[in-house]
Amino acid sequence: MRSLLSVLLIGVPVTLILCLVGLSHGFIEDSQKRNLGIGADLLVRPKGSSFLSLNGAPMREEFVALIAKQPHVQLATGVYNQTAEGVTLGAAGIDYDQFAKMSGGFTFVSGGRFARPDDIILDEFYATQTKKKVGDTIELLKSKWHVSGIMEGGKLAHIVVPLKTLQTRNDNPNHISQVFVKLDDPKQVTAVIKNLHELLGDDVPIQSMDDFISLLNVNNIPALAGFIAVVMGIGVVIGFLVVSLSMYMAVLQRTREIGILKSLGASKGFILGIILSEALCLGIAGTVSGIGLTYGAAALIHALKPATLPMIMVYEWWLYAGAITIVGALLGALYPGLTAASHDPIEALSYE
Amino acid sequence: MNNIDIIRISDLHKTYRVGTVDVHALRGVDLTVKKGEFLSIVGPSGSGKSTLFHIIGALTSPTSGTAVVGDQDLSRMSDAERTRMRKRTVGFVFQKFNLLPNLTARDNIAVARHIGGTAPEPTPEFTEVLRLLGIADRLDHKPNALSGGEQQRVAIARAIVNHPAILLADEPTGNLDTENSRTVLEVLRDLNQRMGQTILMITHNPEAATYGHSTVHMRDGRIVERT
Repeated sequence: MRSLLSVLLIGVPVTLILCLVGLSHGFIEDSQKRNLGIGADLLVRPKGSSFLSLNGAPMREEFVALIAKQPHVQLATGVYNQTAEGVTLGAAGIDYDQFAKMSGGFTFVSGGRFARPDDIILDEFYATQTKKKVGDTIELLKSKWHVSGIMEGGKLAHIVVPLKTLQTRNDNPNHISQVFVKLDDPKQVTAVIKNLHELLGDDVPIQSMDDFISLLNVNNIPALAGFIAVVMGIGVVIGFLVVSLSMYMAVLQRTREIGILKSLGASKGFILGIILSEALCLGIAGTVSGIGLTYGAAALIHALKPATLPMIMVYEWWLYAGAITIVGALLGALYPGLTAASHDPIEALSYE
Repeated sequence: MNNIDIIRISDLHKTYRVGTVDVHALRGVDLTVKKGEFLSIVGPSGSGKSTLFHIIGALTSPTSGTAVVGDQDLSRMSDAERTRMRKRTVGFVFQKFNLLPNLTARDNIAVARHIGGTAPEPTPEFTEVLRLLGIADRLDHKPNALSGGEQQRVAIARAIVNHPAILLADEPTGNLDTENSRTVLEVLRDLNQRMGQTILMITHNPEAATYGHSTVHMRDGRIVERT
């Protein structure tokens, strides 16, 4: 029972680490997939904006027409981004026809394109999360919307609304968050970027979609790497404390057995080896239980918040989380192990 | 029994510190034991019998005096050297059997072999010993499924599995009924007679003491008589 509890407790920080990594990688992968689904070759963002920005529309919409007229530009469309829920779920206001032309259009599971100004399209993840279907009303972005369609995920955003309606409801007409640009020849990306910089100014961020998507990685999310490091540190500390307490209890419980082994000629190293081996087993079993708990957490998250919290399994982190836990477990077992190894055999044999 | 002294003890003292009080457990013990001898040690509680055992068994070091087992001087041994000596030179049988409760009888014996550095599989000679001990068909049981007599015979098997020069039995019949006591004592006598095993046995039971070739009487940390 003691070992079982220890294994479960050791599994908790493993689960924390794997969930955190799974969520951050899931969020990044989800963003990459949705940006790839747009079909653009270039992205023009407002001056001073972050590549992660999901909110605000400081760019004037007239830029779209201006960009569209440039050489090799086949199509340009403006998008209005607004945070819908938490920090990971955003809605996008689009000109439906322009966006459909660029991306090839949405694939609808049910319903279809906007027919009314207050129409909204949800992807299947968000529809599942909110239990909405075509024809339902949904309160979002501080107002009510009518669900016109449920689309397959993986294109632009989980929530899409008409650009004009979003601009009006935000009291920000004729403004957008970014412009997606499709070229007639993708090889002209560098030349078009140069041209657009000359047109709009060098301080306007203009990137190829490939460059933009490559920026979407865990290391580029401010403070995330530090946060993961803190959680890993907590994992080591919890693993250390749980194993230390567990093994200390084990050593107390087995004092007489340690005395027996010493009477048989077991050396200090032999006794220490037994304790460390048990800690290693606890660490490995704790890692396995943590992975199991992570699958449980992922299933729960997927059932409850598939759009807000896109989580994936990052298998390479099983190894890291396991190594961190096992190091914590071995460190935690060191003191009880040394205590056991230095037991006086006569006292240990008389222990009741 | 032959004429070689396997144990030579001279003016042996052992003083324990309990809190702020010095306890003089041994106050000048002189003793020799021949190879192949079966020696019983009797005496009241606190007479120093167990302390003498602990020193001969290399579980603790003497405060002063000399204690030589075979050719090894226990008074000059480091902790690691005493550990090595327990591995090969002495075997213990305790009153409370002291088997590892989670292991089968077979595994209890195997652990001793493993620690002693001998091959994990018992030799044909040892298999014969197990048969003599009457536990050959009880080896796959855990201690809680064995009677007291069986547990003590497993403990004896474990104690001799590495062929120690000396078998130290501390009240081996103390927790057994009359019938099991007799069985265990006969096993010890058998081991002594058939295999020439040197045995030192602490006992409170005068009848048990008669199984030895001679009996040493201890009182107040000294040997007062040898009969």
